[in-house]
Amino acid sequence: MTSSTGPILTVENLNAYFGDFHAVKGVNLEVQRNEVVSLIGPSGCGKSTFIRCLNRLHEEVPSANCEGRVLIEGQNIYAENADPVVVRRKVGMVFQKPNPFPGLSIFENVALGLKLAGITKKSVVTEIVEWSLRKSALWDEVKDSLSSPGLSLSGGQQQRLCLARTLAVKPPVILMDEPTSALDPISTAKIEELVMELKQEVTVVIVTHNMQQASRISDKTAFFLMGELMEFDETSALFTNPKNLKTEQYITGRFG
Amino acid sequence: MGLQATSFQDRKRKAINIAALGAVLGLAFLAAVPFVLVSGYILVKGIGSVDWAFFTELPKGPGETGGGMANAMAGTGVLVTMACLLGIPWGMATGIYLSEYGHGKTASILRFTVDLLTSVPSIIVGIFVYGLIVVHIGYSSYAGAAALAIIMLPIVARSTEEIMKLIPNSVREAGLALGLPRWKVILRILVPGCMGGLVTGFMLAIARVAGETAPLLFTAFGNQFYSTSLDQPIASLPVQIYNFAKSGFPDLVRQSWAGALVLVGLVFFLNFGTRSLLYLKNRKEIKS
Repeated sequence: MTSSTGPILTVENLNAYFGDFHAVKGVNLEVQRNEVVSLIGPSGCGKSTFIRCLNRLHEEVPSANCEGRVLIEGQNIYAENADPVVVRRKVGMVFQKPNPFPGLSIFENVALGLKLAGITKKSVVTEIVEWSLRKSALWDEVKDSLSSPGLSLSGGQQQRLCLARTLAVKPPVILMDEPTSALDPISTAKIEELVMELKQEVTVVIVTHNMQQASRISDKTAFFLMGELMEFDETSALFTNPKNLKTEQYITGRFG
Repeated sequence: MGLQATSFQDRKRKAINIAALGAVLGLAFLAAVPFVLVSGYILVKGIGSVDWAFFTELPKGPGETGGGMANAMAGTGVLVTMACLLGIPWGMATGIYLSEYGHGKTASILRFTVDLLTSVPSIIVGIFVYGLIVVHIGYSSYAGAAALAIIMLPIVARSTEEIMKLIPNSVREAGLALGLPRWKVILRILVPGCMGGLVTGFMLAIARVAGETAPLLFTAFGNQFYSTSLDQPIASLPVQIYNFAKSGFPDLVRQSWAGALVLVGLVFFLNFGTRSLLYLKNRKEIKS
């Protein structure tokens, strides 16, 4: 069923809940290959919950559940026989706060996912670790200190380490949940630059509170409000000519 | 009006403050007194009898002079090692369950049970193991180690749970998001990530059981020679100290002081050593 044409990610009527709270309401969305899609909207609008449904991380929260269909490369990740562990190897994630694995070195942080996925040949692991660190623009800064703890890096470096860790297992889709909200402007610019480069190889869905960021880096933008997808369009169209009144009010700063 | 505290109320407030601080400080220092007195007394009474023979020779019979507690020290080593082999994995597994999976009612009941086990008197544990093992295979290292492992279990379980709960949830999510099954996240990321804290918990448990006497009386029993088989009685420092101290023979009483000193020293250095290692390790990680 894997196809290389057509949307890489299709969301059909997705509903997500925390207990009785209805956090994501009937969302439909299509993402094409090598696109960067931004999700914007006020705090609590369900955008983080939404992307956490795309790699089945939402269900790890006690009392959380969701329903609907999410197709990655044509395959429903919520199909009865779909294994969340396999799904998550196809859909990587970078989190809001940098979260390197404690106690592991820079090298081990990147290599761990490979090793646990069964890639153990040392030369291959070393090669992929270097590739990942280069891709995340961290290599030059850490190549002489690969055995230092991941946590000894600065916040911005840690976030790029987390990106490298995600890239190493080569997922076709990468989710980012406000990856720069804990970073300084220079580190933020680096991450943004990386996202635009990575587009050649992967598809990125990124949650952001920063509308300038969304307009700088994304091809399409989705506006969420109260758990609903209000508008989804080309980024330039959404920011210059929003069709929905709520979108217009939000991007012009009238609420949120 | 100036800003000086001159009124009667102000002076009263200051006086109460000083008195309260003095009381807290005094009682805090008083808390150190029992430790200093106990270890000081043992040191004074025991140091003269800690000689080469004490570490290398077997006990002599009542009335004879000389001899040592070599077999008891070896026995304590064997018993504590065996107890660790059983108690640490068992307690860790319990702690991991409570921290990583234990959200429901079952876990609450289990956590409560483990806490209750902590407060079961150790002599009761000894009697329990007597009924469970000793009546079938007799006094043995197996029985002694089982009793000690049961005492270690709740200490290891609860310390493991508390330490693992300190790891931020974002680390678990990072592992899961990487496509790792939960058990691999636990064993390859969480456990190595908090190894220092876990080891501290193990050491506290070891220090606790190394000095246990009551549960060993009914299980390991003790003897006066080197044990060669794990299904036979085995000597241990605490039991040897107990037996010698109540024997009434001056030379044995003298040796039991030495045994007490060695036991306290052992536990002290175990604690001190672990903490220093962890301190050095942490400092290295922060520095680099």
